[in-house]
Amino acid sequence: MEQIITCINCPVGCRMTVTLTDSGEFESVSGNTCPRGASYARQECTLPLRMITAVIPVSGSRTPLSVKTNNPVPKKLIGSVMEELGRVSVSLPVRAGQVILRDVLGSGSDIVATRSLE
Amino acid sequence: MSERNVDILVVGAGPAGLAAAIAARESGIGSVLVVERENEPGGILRQCIHNGFGLHRFKEELTGPEYAQRDIDRAAELDIPIECSTMVLSVSPDCTAVCLSSARGLQVIRAKAVVLAMGCRERPRGALCTPGTRCAGIYSAGTAQRFVNLEGYMPGKRVVILGSGDIGLIMARRMTLQGAKVLACVEIMPYSSGLNRNIVQCLQDYGIPLYLSHTVTDIRGRERLEGVTVSRVDEKRNPVPGTEIDLDCDTLLLSCGLIPENELTAGAGIELSPATSGAVVDDSFCTGVPGIFSCGNVLHVHDLVDYVSEESFKAGAAAAEYVLHGSCGGPYIKVLDGDGVRGTVPQKIRKEAAGPVSLMFRPAGVYRGSAAVVECGGREICRKKAMIFTPGEMALITLKPEDLASLPEDVVTVRIERS
Repeated sequence: MEQIITCINCPVGCRMTVTLTDSGEFESVSGNTCPRGASYARQECTLPLRMITAVIPVSGSRTPLSVKTNNPVPKKLIGSVMEELGRVSVSLPVRAGQVILRDVLGSGSDIVATRSLE
Repeated sequence: MSERNVDILVVGAGPAGLAAAIAARESGIGSVLVVERENEPGGILRQCIHNGFGLHRFKEELTGPEYAQRDIDRAAELDIPIECSTMVLSVSPDCTAVCLSSARGLQVIRAKAVVLAMGCRERPRGALCTPGTRCAGIYSAGTAQRFVNLEGYMPGKRVVILGSGDIGLIMARRMTLQGAKVLACVEIMPYSSGLNRNIVQCLQDYGIPLYLSHTVTDIRGRERLEGVTVSRVDEKRNPVPGTEIDLDCDTLLLSCGLIPENELTAGAGIELSPATSGAVVDDSFCTGVPGIFSCGNVLHVHDLVDYVSEESFKAGAAAAEYVLHGSCGGPYIKVLDGDGVRGTVPQKIRKEAAGPVSLMFRPAGVYRGSAAVVECGGREICRKKAMIFTPGEMALITLKPEDLASLPEDVVTVRIERS
């Protein structure tokens, strides 16, 4: 099975062809011009990861709280992480770096505040 | 009307102004004052809640608020006062500024040097010649970003984005994650000016189509936007009849370029460059008026905040050097844009400059396997190869001290030599 992806590491944007086994395991990559491309291709075709950033309302604050996952999480979790965030309730004050939700969906990543609110 | 004296006045507390103020203070200037029209420092980074900032400067990926906070914290450590909710009304060539704020009223600030760091603003609908009605629901992408990320409002539910610059791409993802349906991102050019990373992670991840060589040819709606028509364009960017696609949407976001905000600069009688829409500066970021410096997006639009900070540290240090030793001015070596090159900054290099001097420019098109070349009097001074030059990424070529030592003429040209 072949998959064509664009490398995101630099502006060259190599079009890479990734070959996967029938069971979906990484076999080989071509079209990359550097090793960073190869490792991105392997990750992206086996377990694509994304940082998630969002804002959540805070009772008593006109300004919403900006948050992020402290590590990239599997791309397929983006929708469910956003749903989890919809259920979180936060109150003032919040400090930048504060953990808002520990180990979100068992991903091993925490949701942390990226700003302070008083 | 109150009057005050400071050594260096910095206009704007975004990343550029903060870096300039920090550098000035670290260079030994006692009184540095930053004025900011918003009610908090941080500039546009405050609303850029996505990550990816700081990779060059801090070797880690920060969100906008986190990047800004590092400079805000450093400024606090250095006891640099930042006066927010203060609007600078004018700057005169003698480094005097007139400011207005509710807290202090009208005040005159006399400085020995001024650093202009006002940033840029988005190209508005009026500057795009878009057809159609004047209904509600049309925003610049950055305005929508402010609504969603700082004010907690969603501008609409069904969204079309015109322009594929990074802010438009980032907003496609933000609107989707916050529950809106983004129907399409429409780009008049045959390529996107956004980063590949954003095309993949903001559009492809969410199945949002990118229409290249397309534009919005009709906007419909009486009170609120009801729909837009998108058409393909030919090589001359004229719409091709028969290619119309109608999209029902309540929101149109415009991500069609940024323009340095230079009203104060022009008011001070400082010469502006038509290529960058920013001030004409020398290699110390001094404008044509001695003692007034310019850096960051008000000088020329950058892609990465890391480079804004780097440039602004230099500008702040140069302003400090001017205050401490009073040197500013020519004679100069002129820097010209050659083939394939637009908006080179700085536009002139002091002959006394010891170097190294970095020349920053925008490639005029997409050039693969080419080289940037600096020439003087028909002689090649410096060359830098790159796998790709694109208009979406600022390019840089650095002249070493030995390159500057023996120039045959007082004019150098930067051009791209195509393969």
